[in-house]
Amino acid sequence: MKLLHSTEGRLAVIAAVVFLAMSALAPDRFLSVQNMTSMAFQFPEFAILALAMTVTMLTGGIDLSVVGIANLSAIIAATILTQVTGGGAGTVLIAFAAATGVGVAAGLMNGVLVASLGLPPILATLGSGLIFTGIAIALTGGSAVMGFPDATAWIGNSTVLGIPTPLILFGLLALAISLLLTRTGFGVKLRMYGANPLAARFAAINIDAMLIRVYVLSGALAAIAGMVVMSRANSAKADYGSSYLLLAVLIAVLGGVNPYGGYGKVIGVVLAVLTMQFLSSGLNMVGVSNFARELIWGSLLILVMIVNTWRATGRRT
Amino acid sequence: MSTLWTRNETLVALVIVAFCGLAALSDPGFLSVATLTDLLRGGIVLGIFAVGALIVLISGGIDVSFTAIAAFTMYVTAMLLNAAMPWIPWWAALLTGMGIGACLGAINGVLIAVMGLPTLIVTLGTLSVFRGFMLTFIGQKQITTLPPGMREFGRMMIVRGENADGSFYSLHAAFLVTAGAIGLTWFILHRTMLGRQVFAIGGSVESARRIGIDVRGVQFFVYVYVGALAGLAGIIHSSMARVANPFDLVGLELSVIAAVVLGGARLAGGHGTLTGTVLGVALIVLVRNSLIVLGIPATWQSVAIGVLILIGTGLPAWQAKRAAAQAA
Repeated sequence: MKLLHSTEGRLAVIAAVVFLAMSALAPDRFLSVQNMTSMAFQFPEFAILALAMTVTMLTGGIDLSVVGIANLSAIIAATILTQVTGGGAGTVLIAFAAATGVGVAAGLMNGVLVASLGLPPILATLGSGLIFTGIAIALTGGSAVMGFPDATAWIGNSTVLGIPTPLILFGLLALAISLLLTRTGFGVKLRMYGANPLAARFAAINIDAMLIRVYVLSGALAAIAGMVVMSRANSAKADYGSSYLLLAVLIAVLGGVNPYGGYGKVIGVVLAVLTMQFLSSGLNMVGVSNFARELIWGSLLILVMIVNTWRATGRRT
Repeated sequence: MSTLWTRNETLVALVIVAFCGLAALSDPGFLSVATLTDLLRGGIVLGIFAVGALIVLISGGIDVSFTAIAAFTMYVTAMLLNAAMPWIPWWAALLTGMGIGACLGAINGVLIAVMGLPTLIVTLGTLSVFRGFMLTFIGQKQITTLPPGMREFGRMMIVRGENADGSFYSLHAAFLVTAGAIGLTWFILHRTMLGRQVFAIGGSVESARRIGIDVRGVQFFVYVYVGALAGLAGIIHSSMARVANPFDLVGLELSVIAAVVLGGARLAGGHGTLTGTVLGVALIVLVRNSLIVLGIPATWQSVAIGVLILIGTGLPAWQAKRAAAQAA
């Protein structure tokens, strides 16, 4: 039973159980190729947001502005796509670059607020999230931006060798973040700061620069998630994905990331994302409403926290 | 004097005065009884929420589930009273709401105080649990016929009058309930041992434990109290709106916390005043109601609130950081 001793091990078991349970509940529909493809298209957008949440949580912070950044970047990209004529791949590339730039700038603002001005991350990102969403509303007047060139659909709606593009994108990002956290000095510093900020300071880590990079990374990831949402919805709007914030926090915590900082693995986050998607699609097929899903997500979040805390205190004594 | 100028309360009060001054310049009709009663009316529900959020912040926690508690309570109370006890008077309806709210708050209390889970994560979870439970198992339709007690309360006014231009203004009796909630919280925080213990826990849990404070008991009380206040706010909201809409209120929680933080309460716990909270609520209500008077379109509202939060929390944080750097 060694598998059950690590958070990730328990999560792998939970993911498998949920998969089997859903397969048993709706065998012909849940296990169909169609459902598998549809799930693979659905989860990357909030999974990327969860990655953004994970890197900030590792430092003991949180980024409540990810959905705001995603929507603002999507709206900037959408505006470029609809205003700049000529269409084609060139415009799409420019739009994506602009969106990533917006994400980086927004993340930089969060980073400066948290690191240089010393604001608590909850408040800094709560305030900046309101600002990003507010700018998005002010730019569009609250309505959706639509009418993109065909090339835009590539990132969200196409497949490469039969694998959905968003899934490939998420896979690459997850791999990159995982390598960044485990194989680079930056990753070690980041987790060290999360585990013990004072020790990190005494170890002569440039904390301000590190925190700024963390929030910039989070902002850039949020902007990429925004691109996926925009491409899949074929439009951009200031209030898309408002439920994704809770979902991103939930996935990170479910994935074993310690909200006080210091511990978390990308593989855990990936397993948590899969669990949530299996649960979500499966319940949908059994005919459970969206509100019941909210209830189940919330209960799951609390349950996982109870189990993790109980295991942690059990180890210490 | 130097402390007076660096306090959040002073800053917020100055911003409010400046806001009203500018508004009066661009529209002389702004300084009227009607504006004042609108402002007070807008502060009724927000004010009760803010007092609850304040006591949680002082204790070192954060609660984002109170709007879901309020929505749950108002919906269930309206349904329950309609079905079983339509005869009960308005004050009993308010008490029922407080009771249901307190029970939901106790769930937060058990998870946070007894099991020791992080407050933000727990209340994010219970926010969706309460809301999801209500919408799945209780109902999604608005209740347009409220129980007689709540309808009677909805019609109660303290002041009613007519402006020179023929429009009406009125102040709802629920304003007195908000004032009462503020008074009661002031009494608990500043005139009881319990209140001192809430401040002590917010300052340092470990020190509080070592001087013999029952940390779990006090934390449990805080979340039950906040639940009761949220239940009260829910009943008042639906009585004033004359409808119990299960989709109302949720989404307001961050604005409320913003108001309290603007008023000088610290996320780290141990600090916060009712004066600051009332001023913070006043500023948020002003921005929500009257931004348009300054010539700023209503679409910029959330940008304005976001900027206020960042300035309101950024200045003290930056001052503290500078002071720490000088000391080192």
